Amino acid sequence: MIGYVIRRVLYVMPIAVGVTVMIFALVHLAPGDPLSAVVAADAPAEVVQQLKEAYGFDRPLPIQYGRWLWRAVQGDFGTSIATGRPVAQALVKAVPNTLILAVFAALLGFTLGCVLGAFAGYWQGRALDKLATGVAVAGVSVPHYWLGLVLVIVFAVELNALPAMGMGPGGSGAWAWDAEHLRHLVLPVVTLSVIPMGIVTRTLRAAVAEILQQEFVQALHAKGLWSHQVLVHVVKNAAPTVLAVLGLQFGYLLGGSILVETVFSWPGTGFLLNDAIFRRDIPLLQGTILVLALFFVFLNLLVDILQTAIDPRMRRT
Amino acid sequence: MIDATPSGTAAKIDAGIDLAQVAARSRGYWRTVWLRLRRDKVTIFFGLLLALVFLSAAFAPWLAPGDPYATSMIRRLKPIGFPNHLLGTDELGRDMLTRLLYGGRLSLFMGITPVVSALFLGGLLGLLAGFLGGRVNMLIMRTMDVFYAFPSVLLAIAISGALGAGVVNAIVSLTVIFVPPIARIAESVTTQVRNLDYVDAARASGAGSLTIIRVHILSNVLGPVFIYATGLISVSIILASGLSFLGLGTEPPEPEWGLMLNTLRQSIYVNPYVAALPGVMIFVTSLSFNLLSDGLRSAMDVRL
Repeated sequence: MIGYVIRRVLYVMPIAVGVTVMIFALVHLAPGDPLSAVVAADAPAEVVQQLKEAYGFDRPLPIQYGRWLWRAVQGDFGTSIATGRPVAQALVKAVPNTLILAVFAALLGFTLGCVLGAFAGYWQGRALDKLATGVAVAGVSVPHYWLGLVLVIVFAVELNALPAMGMGPGGSGAWAWDAEHLRHLVLPVVTLSVIPMGIVTRTLRAAVAEILQQEFVQALHAKGLWSHQVLVHVVKNAAPTVLAVLGLQFGYLLGGSILVETVFSWPGTGFLLNDAIFRRDIPLLQGTILVLALFFVFLNLLVDILQTAIDPRMRRT
Repeated sequence: MIDATPSGTAAKIDAGIDLAQVAARSRGYWRTVWLRLRRDKVTIFFGLLLALVFLSAAFAPWLAPGDPYATSMIRRLKPIGFPNHLLGTDELGRDMLTRLLYGGRLSLFMGITPVVSALFLGGLLGLLAGFLGGRVNMLIMRTMDVFYAFPSVLLAIAISGALGAGVVNAIVSLTVIFVPPIARIAESVTTQVRNLDYVDAARASGAGSLTIIRVHILSNVLGPVFIYATGLISVSIILASGLSFLGLGTEPPEPEWGLMLNTLRQSIYVNPYVAALPGVMIFVTSLSFNLLSDGLRSAMDVRL
């Protein structure tokens, strides 16, 4: 097992490096000079030159990449061009906020998805299955930024029952575990949980349906087990598939939360990205995406290892 | 490409059987698919609904009651059912019904184009990687792995954010995220088929690489890739409008569902239901695509 873990980690390293290269390349995808956001169009040439040197834009690309990567490894993601403050500082504030949202959305979406998917797969063709499949298709088809808006219209504008935006009273950027903050969490979490709910339901339903075809299920029935006891066995066998989907979906929650955070003005990484896009703040864009992408890589690695731990057959393939 | 699909899927089932038989059976196959589809009321309903969305977008200039760009300062943010404005007006007094009809043009175009281009690009890369194998395969597939290392939405937003706003940029960024999964499917099918006996037989009888790809491999790859791609369209439409919603796709004053949703967001306290309308269109379109592709998939499933 330890050998396997080491091999997986070694395999992931080049991918992680590839990720950093791609993110670095983003600067050069951007049209115009990365400095154009801060430098006035009529600034004298020496000033532009000085700034270029200060940000290191005058060096050859591979050296820029090396320096950027070396600093990033040490936790220095450069300075935001728009605000002049370290990117790392902004990230330290924003990442936990996104995680709060993603973890709650994952809990809600995964729980609902697992329950709906397991029952729908087990009792295919029944009313419950039809309901679950319908909910799941709607969940994967709904534009979640619109769903957020609809929830705001219903629960904030019409019913005035829940807050429409922000993370806490008075638009404060600090999280606290009290009722007021939890109330702010409800609408964004529900919005964000819809897609993973749909995908988990669909995947688990398909996995359960496939496992039911296997002979051991007949054997269990023949042994005289109740159907809910058989269901436990079936769900256990579906676990590795579901785990893989859960891992992926959690990663997508982090990436997809940008739209939901925009709708609800939630001060997380999506909010930072939005800010970075509008001010053409490339270091901020790079830093945020780097953190999220590396987290995703790590998550995939973890899922991979956990999967083999649950089901040793995976290791051979 | 579309013309090649039917024979492609048919050949997938009948790989290795002589041509006359393939032709005879493939007709039978498509008749079965059609019979199955006809009984599937949900698929038929959403297929017709989708056709309606497409037709209304295509014939927007004839159907729309007004001009999608004509603003009116005195008739801003009117509710649904306002005289002369059946679905109300937006924040600049433009007729909502007109803009929703016209909006379908850009939204559908921006949603479908990335999938089609990714189908070509990913299919080509996957075929090359699978057919050539070795180093080329390594190079192409490991590069794809790097793209896989990003949550796809994040990657689309990152590329689009770096390139800046614009319809073309949004299409490019969405194409980039759809290429890797399509390439993976094409590669795995090609690799499987490449080593089958009938491909060896074709090569032994003097068929060149291009002929083998065109006649024997492409027909196997198209089926699974095409089925996967139809499922992607729904995601693509949501994401394309999502990019516009973030201000990364279409630019004002173009009518586009995602952008309309974004600009109307400010007025949900004044006129909530009108603000939600563009999203209804995105939802209906994406739901129809999803159910249609589910229906087609189960109708075309030979194992049933």
